[in-house]
Amino acid sequence: MTLVADTRAMAWRNILNIRRNPELLVFATIQPVIFVLMFRYVFGGAIQGSLPPGQTYVNYLMPGVFVQTIVFGALTTGVGLADDLHLGLIDRFRSLPISRAAVLTGRTTADLLRNFFVVTLMMLVGFAVGWTVDTGVSAIVGSMLLLLGFAYSLSWAFAIVGLTARNSETAQAISFPFLAVMVFASSAFVPVATMPSWLQGWAENQPVSVVINAVRQLTITGDVTSEVWKAVAWIIGITAVCVPIAVARYRKVT
Amino acid sequence: MTATMGAGAEAAVVADGLVKRFGDVEAVRDVSFTVPRGTVLGVLGPNGAGKTTVVRMLTTLAKPTAGSASVLGLDVQREAMKVRGVIGLAGQYAAVDENLTGRENLRLVGKLTHLSAEQTAARADVLLEQFNLVHAADRLVRTYSGGMRRRLDLAGALVHEPPVLFLDEPTTGLDPKGRNELWAVIRNLVDGGTTVLLTTQYLEEADALADRILVIDHGMVIAEGTSAELKSRFAATVIEVGFRDGDTAERAATALASVGELRTKGELVRIGVAGAESATAMLEAVRALDGAGIEPATMVLREPTLDDVFLALTGHAAEEATDTDDDEVVVTKGRGRKTKSEPAEKRGGAR
Repeated sequence: MTLVADTRAMAWRNILNIRRNPELLVFATIQPVIFVLMFRYVFGGAIQGSLPPGQTYVNYLMPGVFVQTIVFGALTTGVGLADDLHLGLIDRFRSLPISRAAVLTGRTTADLLRNFFVVTLMMLVGFAVGWTVDTGVSAIVGSMLLLLGFAYSLSWAFAIVGLTARNSETAQAISFPFLAVMVFASSAFVPVATMPSWLQGWAENQPVSVVINAVRQLTITGDVTSEVWKAVAWIIGITAVCVPIAVARYRKVT
Repeated sequence: MTATMGAGAEAAVVADGLVKRFGDVEAVRDVSFTVPRGTVLGVLGPNGAGKTTVVRMLTTLAKPTAGSASVLGLDVQREAMKVRGVIGLAGQYAAVDENLTGRENLRLVGKLTHLSAEQTAARADVLLEQFNLVHAADRLVRTYSGGMRRRLDLAGALVHEPPVLFLDEPTTGLDPKGRNELWAVIRNLVDGGTTVLLTTQYLEEADALADRILVIDHGMVIAEGTSAELKSRFAATVIEVGFRDGDTAERAATALASVGELRTKGELVRIGVAGAESATAMLEAVRALDGAGIEPATMVLREPTLDDVFLALTGHAAEEATDTDDDEVVVTKGRGRKTKSEPAEKRGGAR
């Protein structure tokens, strides 16, 4: 099976691309950093009142910011694939005797590493503004695994967008409103209980909220509750649905 | 079928009745040919003639609607993976990663063709040397010129030393220096025993590189032969006379009718004459114009071009074909992926 070797080669190429454009990585963290500062210092005081007694807003906020970062970061998978398709690179790859899925597995693997870096950076930002985790290192490791798992599943979802869109700009334009709804109509920044009742059902149960809530459980109370298993189920579900669709889509367009 | 059977092991590439349809548009209709081992076939035609689509079918990138093809006896559909192991492809658009260095681009191909790290490094050194890229080997490709990218792209197609090479308009967009450099590289490869199929819009290029030339237009083969054979079919030399306007050209055409094979295009009149008679024909033309009292604006004696070939073979000029075929002929199946101004055949073929 050459899939593993080909995936490594493609991932190597994609990681070099990330390293050669460090400004894109920095850019990817600027927006979430601004959100941290804004919500921590501007809106935080107002939102604090809606939180259960004893909970600090910064500890509530940071898991939301982590997930926001990886959700918007998932766009880069789609945009990168769309660029490869339109710049003729994929034709070169396809004329070589490589495993057909390697273009996709290589990119999603590289994006996984990229997300690891970005989430680590955001955790450091969190610590700098007073984020505290009293539940131990294992909670942080567990949170990281959940976040990376979710990021990986979203990479595959956005690979489909990248393989479907006319070009990378379109891929970005299609995804943005959808992502904004996913991130803001969630428990990321404000408790769902403060939303109108018709929105609560969605905001409480959609995958972004579920993953955020799971990370909160791990970092605030340290309990591995059903919320964590629900998050794991979403990650497996999204991956299981999106991988075959992305691969089929890739075969069709190339 | 007979072509496939007869050619046997001596044929590097065999196309047998290839057809490619995109929706209602037939980009390639019944194209058959054979490329003997160690030779160069030039596929000549204007933009949109179907050249790229033929190459894409032969390199396993596009599935033929009908017909079959093989490379070194391997069927491009049933044994696609094996075919990919023996071919190299350099397309119209340099398929190189801008954010990698030249050497890294070659390493990537080495990794993807499952060469060992040592083999890849050695091949990269040889190719960088051969393609005059040593000085830029460790620079990011985004700093390369167009010619350097093309050379690197071609080098990338050669990392795994494929015995059969497909070059799709390898010199389009290159300046004369870049073109000459690339020609020299291609000649070297052929001397080393590589079989080459190259597409081009330039008769001059086919003339310079190809053992045999296949002329295609609107997806069909309209002529095949050596460069000399093809040229002798329309006239070895062209007298081109320019006039101030189309009306004058029309009147002049009547006066010049006896000189040779005549074609009028706008304010230009072209007269095809046999090489040996070119000087006397020129004199004759001057006399005829003088006798009719028509003053030409320009008058030149030149080699036939692709345009002349097309006029003779199809009755329409190559550039006219370009104009019509470059419009959105290809049906966009759901969505148009390619956004740059690429020839229609490429856009269609990419699906």
